[in-house]
Amino acid sequence: MIKLGAVYVLTGLLFAAYAVLSATDRKNPKRFGNAAFWGLVALSFLAGDRLGDVGNGVLVLGLALIARLGLLGRGQPATTSTDQRRALAKRFGDKLFVPALVLPIVVLIGVLVLKPLAIDGRPLLDPKQATLISLALATLVAVGVALILLRQPLISPLQEGRRLIDTIGWAAMLPQMLAALGVVFALCGVGKIIGDLVTQWLPMDSRLAAVCVYGLGMAGFTMIMGNAFAAFPVMTAGVGIPVLIHRFGADPPVVCAIGMLSGFCGTLMTPLAANFNLVPPALLELPDRYAVIKAQIPTAVPLLLVNLVLMYVLAFR
Amino acid sequence: MLTLLGVAVVVIGFAVRLNPLLVVVLAAFVSGWFAGLPPLTVLAAFGKAFNDNRLVSAALLVLPVIGVIERAGVQQRARTLIARFRGVSVGPFLIAYMAFRQLTAALGLISIAGQAQTVRPLVAPMAEGASEARDGDVDLATRHTIRAYAAATDNVAVFFGEDIFLAVGSILLMVGFLASSGIAIEPLHLSLWAIPSALAAFLIHATRLMLFDRKLRRASGAGR
Repeated sequence: MIKLGAVYVLTGLLFAAYAVLSATDRKNPKRFGNAAFWGLVALSFLAGDRLGDVGNGVLVLGLALIARLGLLGRGQPATTSTDQRRALAKRFGDKLFVPALVLPIVVLIGVLVLKPLAIDGRPLLDPKQATLISLALATLVAVGVALILLRQPLISPLQEGRRLIDTIGWAAMLPQMLAALGVVFALCGVGKIIGDLVTQWLPMDSRLAAVCVYGLGMAGFTMIMGNAFAAFPVMTAGVGIPVLIHRFGADPPVVCAIGMLSGFCGTLMTPLAANFNLVPPALLELPDRYAVIKAQIPTAVPLLLVNLVLMYVLAFR
Repeated sequence: MLTLLGVAVVVIGFAVRLNPLLVVVLAAFVSGWFAGLPPLTVLAAFGKAFNDNRLVSAALLVLPVIGVIERAGVQQRARTLIARFRGVSVGPFLIAYMAFRQLTAALGLISIAGQAQTVRPLVAPMAEGASEARDGDVDLATRHTIRAYAAATDNVAVFFGEDIFLAVGSILLMVGFLASSGIAIEPLHLSLWAIPSALAAFLIHATRLMLFDRKLRRASGAGR
């Protein structure tokens, strides 16, 4: 059975290659900072389970320290110039899209065909992680297709991957760090404290007030925690079930579905949802770290209001 | 109560643009301190949680593919391709992408597109190309805004598409949580009640994309 561990080994080897190539990149004045940062990431993926909890904690401190001290630079792997790319684009034409299409197709094959497969009664892919394993498989196939079809040098996946990971920089590790922070917050009881505050101090003596507290609370709490999944249990146990459903008789599926989507409006507005909001600006080389959030707020605010209205109208049919 | 200072560290740290990795670590230690946990316990808990959440970063595996096709000119190809369709401007193009992304996400096909897989190599260059084809030369600040809108469109579409799909994580979470509170609900009902919000998200964001498109046209008209 192929498990998540195989994906981690692959990811670890990739980051190890980034670290080695960074260390030998003389055009990057901070090459050893890059090598250390990606090296630590490689270590986490390859040996994280053997480092122990404190060991992993020290590794995280290392990452944060390298980032804080500005030791990360941008590598300069040899790549094609814009003019060369224009010429190549003419030569290859629509063939260039094939590797990008291979990715989703192989993911689909993985989920639809490989996932149900079993050899001697044992599933081929770990069913819980089939999508991620399929994505890793798709990456390998797509790299192969790209190398053959577009006749690119054998080292180019590693060097071009390094070019992109250096473009993202430390932000690449932020989503995982925030996920870990969410766990620590939960351990410290942050969610419960906020939930208690909301239910104790806000008036919920009418349907409208209760809908507003629940919907706005989902959005606000999601902004603080960076994740609607963390806000949902707290707000629903504090307001959704006792007040909306039990006291006012609201329809549970409506309350939950629209409540969760109110939380998603919060996700659009918070830097703590880093993989959606902070990694893309780095990936798109935008000078403003918050450019994507700024583009989303004018959609998220009216949408949140519409969700409140929808909940009020649909939950008490 | 003082445990909430950890949250305050996050809010202030992000607002004054301290390095976010450092902010996250500080917030963990501050929360732990006021919750009465020794620093070593917090360090261990943070390390364990970081290790348990490695799958969050595994998506970075796609970067080599994207890098190789960029090296071979995919962005340039995407630009010329969109320029061939005269009259397709930024707004309608991004609206079409949003419809595609929202519908496929509603069918559960969430990982067929994304910021690294599609927005950087294809959607953003196509959106820029569409603007160039109509508005002539586009300055760098405007290019950046177009890219930000492309990324935002992907996010809005996925968030308000995926909840229509039955087997998505958030639906399973809701069913499980309500079951543990003694309320039985059908996953199908959760999917159905996500549809009105999904339509509203599409309409609101599409309106904004059309307004943005009009602003771009006016700006280029004023420049001539």
